[in-house]
Amino acid sequence: MKNLKPETINGRKIIENNLDFNRPYDGVLLVRLKGIWKIVHPLPSADVVERQLTTGPHVEQVSFDTSELTDWDSGLLTFLMKIKEFCSQNKIRLETNGLPEGVRRLLRLASAVPEMKGACKVSVREPFLERVGSRVIDFNQSAEEMLDFLGEASMAFMKFLTGKATFRRSDLTLLLQECGAQALPIVSLISLLVGLILAFVGAIQLKMFGAQIFVADVVGIGMVRVMGAIMTGIIMAGRTGAAFAAQLGTMQVNEEIDALKTMGISPMEFLVLPRMIALIIMMPLLCLYADLMGILGGLIVGLGMLNLNLIEYLNRTREAINLTTVGIGVFHSAVFGVLVALSGCLRGMQCGRSASAVGYAATSAVVTSIVSIIVATAIITYICQVLGI
Amino acid sequence: MTEEPQIIVRDLEMGYGSFVLMRNLNFNVNRGDVFIIMGGSGCGKSTLMKILIGLKEPSRGQVFYDGVNFWGIDPSERGRFMRRFGILYQNGALWSSMTLAENIALPLEQYTHLRPIQIHEIVSLKLSLVGLAGFEEFYPSEISGGMRKRAGIARAMALDPEILFFDEPSAGLDPVSASLLDDLILELRDSLGTTIVVVTHELASIFAIGNNSVYLDGESRTMTTSGDPKKLLAESKDPTVRRFLTRGAETKLE
Repeated sequence: MKNLKPETINGRKIIENNLDFNRPYDGVLLVRLKGIWKIVHPLPSADVVERQLTTGPHVEQVSFDTSELTDWDSGLLTFLMKIKEFCSQNKIRLETNGLPEGVRRLLRLASAVPEMKGACKVSVREPFLERVGSRVIDFNQSAEEMLDFLGEASMAFMKFLTGKATFRRSDLTLLLQECGAQALPIVSLISLLVGLILAFVGAIQLKMFGAQIFVADVVGIGMVRVMGAIMTGIIMAGRTGAAFAAQLGTMQVNEEIDALKTMGISPMEFLVLPRMIALIIMMPLLCLYADLMGILGGLIVGLGMLNLNLIEYLNRTREAINLTTVGIGVFHSAVFGVLVALSGCLRGMQCGRSASAVGYAATSAVVTSIVSIIVATAIITYICQVLGI
Repeated sequence: MTEEPQIIVRDLEMGYGSFVLMRNLNFNVNRGDVFIIMGGSGCGKSTLMKILIGLKEPSRGQVFYDGVNFWGIDPSERGRFMRRFGILYQNGALWSSMTLAENIALPLEQYTHLRPIQIHEIVSLKLSLVGLAGFEEFYPSEISGGMRKRAGIARAMALDPEILFFDEPSAGLDPVSASLLDDLILELRDSLGTTIVVVTHELASIFAIGNNSVYLDGESRTMTTSGDPKKLLAESKDPTVRRFLTRGAETKLE
């Protein structure tokens, strides 16, 4: 509010350039609107009128004079809406005849449908214990949903094994290509670099003892036993798990999943199963490939930095790795395949029906898969320890 | 209402790549008109609207708004021009991660210097104009299809546009909601004097709201007729237009 200095000229109070007041009769307040009333211009607030109504002599009716009004838009309407509300609260009659035809019609239109009471959501801060309680209930619910999903997925898998599952073979082939062959470039790059890094870290320590040749052991066992599997798992979580969640989430938004259900096609078998199978088949293969690339990375360091002999390095690697090591690595990756596919599909199926829900589903799919990969690795490592393999 | 037409379309040709969808489009839209773009499915109604609102460039011809060659000015200028339009998309196209209030407030926050309290007032005004007072905090997914359409209109009106474009406003609505929507469109035109361009093939709407129109004929790839749809129904000799306006009840094509 600018220049709110009431001046009195000819017994009339001038308040603003485009607003002034007049009391032609007892109990009547005539509001004169002048000039341009558009939202882009600074406009007087309705408080000025309310002050007139509350402070001055008693007013029973508010009228308008718009003979000098040149242009108007929503700015004028919001102003009038507030006055109207104030008047109806204080039982003052609002005479709208002086307003332009369009304004009157819009005011009528705006009040044609009464405001939906109780529609406004009020956010109340819940007490601490209530929040803890509802979190626990939420957690229970999501755990239940997860188990539910797991159960359904297992049942779909059993159906697949008995050859009764319904899905399109062409979908499976496409998925195999998507999460197999098309992941090769990124898997090559990452595992080669991980091999290099492992070799570097090992080389510095082993050089102190003159045992450079054991770099081959460090890289070979490290890559083949866990690192190859973990790196492919994490790559696939970010690449494919997120894609699964986004695909299924978008299908959920477009009601495509509902369409499948109503046709009697189980989305579990039709959508989740092929994705699961594709990852379970492809992850071990990718893992073996990653192992190889990791060893290649170690070899580069061994030859380039430690001046080892090629044959010597390869022999050392072959001696270090046995079939059990390879088996453990492949087992890891098969487990990760299941985990990534399940978390991707689970989050996709749980997705809400908005654009941001799809984003959230993709994010939480990646988080869930990476967390479960790490936890699974810890468990498998512990079991191997106990079994002595 | 001035005599100068607000939108003038001259020799417009549109297509995708080398495929020509429509050619030789010539028509005027006057200020305060409810202008209907009608025609069968797939004849290019929506494409024509995309050209008019600046989403797709025509392959030939010009569109003038108040004498300004819309596709001849540079893109940033055109962007400023486009703020004078309000557009209702076919499915509302409300941003699903925002509440209705935020949907309507976004253009106001971007293009005006209003304070949050003023924006809030305008948002409630626009919502009450479309009969959705009190629904500020709802997300688009929580309301019905008809309400989403009306919320879409509220958003289209956020910046007090001079021209409103509606793409299939009554598609997917029940007859009662559709006719209420027609009333709303007419009310907005009468009270605000806004020019309204509607793409539709709902006959009831066409006759209820339109006072000017163009018929795009998919067969001959051009407009075959234009004018007040009620007059066209009474006077037009063109068999395809007659067939369209009478739902194929008369004048079977040979």
